[in-house]
Amino acid sequence: MRSPSLEEGPPVTAVLTREEGLHYYRTMQTIRRMELKSDQLYKQKIIRGFCHLYDGQEACCVGLEAAIKPTDHLITAYRAHGYAYTRGTSVREILAELTGRKGGCAKGKGGSMHMYAQNFYGGNGIVGAQVPLGAGIALACKYFGKDEICLTLYGDGAANQGQIFETYNMAALWKLPCIFICENNRYGMGTSVERAAASTDYYKRGDYIPGIRVDGMDILCVREATKFAAEHCRSGKGPMLMELQTYRYHGHSMSDPGIRYSKKDCVNLLYWLIYIQGLLSG
Amino acid sequence: MTVRDALNQALDEELERDEKVFLLGEEVAQYDGAYKISRGLWKKYGDKRIIDTPISEMGFTGIAVGAAMAGLRPICEFMTFNFSMQAIDQVINSAGKTLYMSAGMVPVPVVFRGPNGASAGVGAQHSQCFAAWYGHCPGLKVVSPWSSEDAKGLLKASVRDDNPVVMLENELMYGVPFEMSEEAQSKDFLVPIGKAKIERQGTHVTLVSHSRSVGHCLEAAAVLVKEGVECEVVNLRTIRPMDVESIEASVVKTNHLITVEGGWPQFGVGAEICARIMEGPAFNYLDAPAVRLTGADVPMPYAKVLEENCLPQVKDIIFAVKKTLNI
Repeated sequence: MRSPSLEEGPPVTAVLTREEGLHYYRTMQTIRRMELKSDQLYKQKIIRGFCHLYDGQEACCVGLEAAIKPTDHLITAYRAHGYAYTRGTSVREILAELTGRKGGCAKGKGGSMHMYAQNFYGGNGIVGAQVPLGAGIALACKYFGKDEICLTLYGDGAANQGQIFETYNMAALWKLPCIFICENNRYGMGTSVERAAASTDYYKRGDYIPGIRVDGMDILCVREATKFAAEHCRSGKGPMLMELQTYRYHGHSMSDPGIRYSKKDCVNLLYWLIYIQGLLSG
Repeated sequence: MTVRDALNQALDEELERDEKVFLLGEEVAQYDGAYKISRGLWKKYGDKRIIDTPISEMGFTGIAVGAAMAGLRPICEFMTFNFSMQAIDQVINSAGKTLYMSAGMVPVPVVFRGPNGASAGVGAQHSQCFAAWYGHCPGLKVVSPWSSEDAKGLLKASVRDDNPVVMLENELMYGVPFEMSEEAQSKDFLVPIGKAKIERQGTHVTLVSHSRSVGHCLEAAAVLVKEGVECEVVNLRTIRPMDVESIEASVVKTNHLITVEGGWPQFGVGAEICARIMEGPAFNYLDAPAVRLTGADVPMPYAKVLEENCLPQVKDIIFAVKKTLNI
């Protein structure tokens, strides 16, 4: 689905090689297991404080990474473990950070919400604050002229923050190479989108910024849409907005016992896709 | 050279020296700056280096911080620091804390600058001093120039510092001219952040101040010298990290301490100085309790006579000195 300001959308078919399929599957499974392990560690009180788990949304971070280059930039909010991994941090460094060890990617000083890597700017605790930061990174991309872009992520809850609209305005005005990405997992903490937003068409929130709505449970949809948006930004046309519709399997954080029932599992979805296509055998 | 011209020169020199430095804020480009601090810079450096922003403090401050994280060296101008309150989350949480949270991986070399504190008749919402607010936060450096040398040297030092620096200027000082030494006219003239300056040597009482109040202290000292009282006037220059050693050394010499500031008394700069003196060796050298002269504990009124009496004046400083010295 695309907003009126876009003349054509991303392609509706994609090519998936065996190597890609297996790589995406392995990555998503790793994140899934890492998050489930973190859940256990938190309940054992080995992880403290806040812990926002990403299981259910793996197709988003893996799909995005598949569409961009390591020299591109990415920033997100606090549900960041998946992105820390896809942006190059090892599982060991992530778990060490979560458990407060000096072998952690931030030497134990950051914790769950503050993990950083090359071209990955966290891990940000204040809802929505990462969005102007992302546009600033995009400004630097344009300033340096190296054909790099910045993916700036936020959730459906953050989408109602005023500073995001200030950022849309400046990004469009100055044609910053920024892809605004709303990971809509239907709940801002405990509040469903219908109770928080007068308009739940998050992909249209950018108004004059062209937007598309994407099935965030299908990794190939995410990849193709992101490739399309990246091309748009790199060509100097200015920012784009993507809404990824997805689900989280845990509550908002480990303090939220909320159980979400979802029929869709993005990891299984990919598994069956590559199974059916006969990519597993041989 | 006026403080305004000193700031303008500092900006020009730093923009010329390093391609990564740029200025953004409201009216900084085509308007030549709300207070003309950036006069002529847009004409010289163009749209890429001097950027006019919409009225979106939270947004453009975040953009400045993000640009710094990605390797640029932005100077983010607030038309006044009162408006920085809208963006204070970006200054403290995004800029101030990131180097620490990332265990050194992500430096944030941004300068936030603009006029701070009272002006003339601008009313309560446009007159607040933020020295205590920003000075409270680890991760930020906070400087407060008084003279043209201070302004030029501190701005250059702030731009070259890899930490986020909050530079609290003063609108009423912009038009004030000062002598500039030979040294201060050089393109590499820097005033070190974290070091106070003794503006006037004295033996009877230590007056510690920052920004515009430094001038009032010197005026008071000039009157008091006729009565045989020699005041030592300390210009803090930096709020954080505060040069406590210089204050201590002065108190050890004079045995009397008076702090003078424009901000409100509670939890202010003067309160911090008094606490630090109590905690250190200089306490034993005090012959009288330390005294704070501050702005009155009210929102700033508009009428001239009310406004004047809400800030420490020269006569207040003279009175406080005499009271402390028991004369």
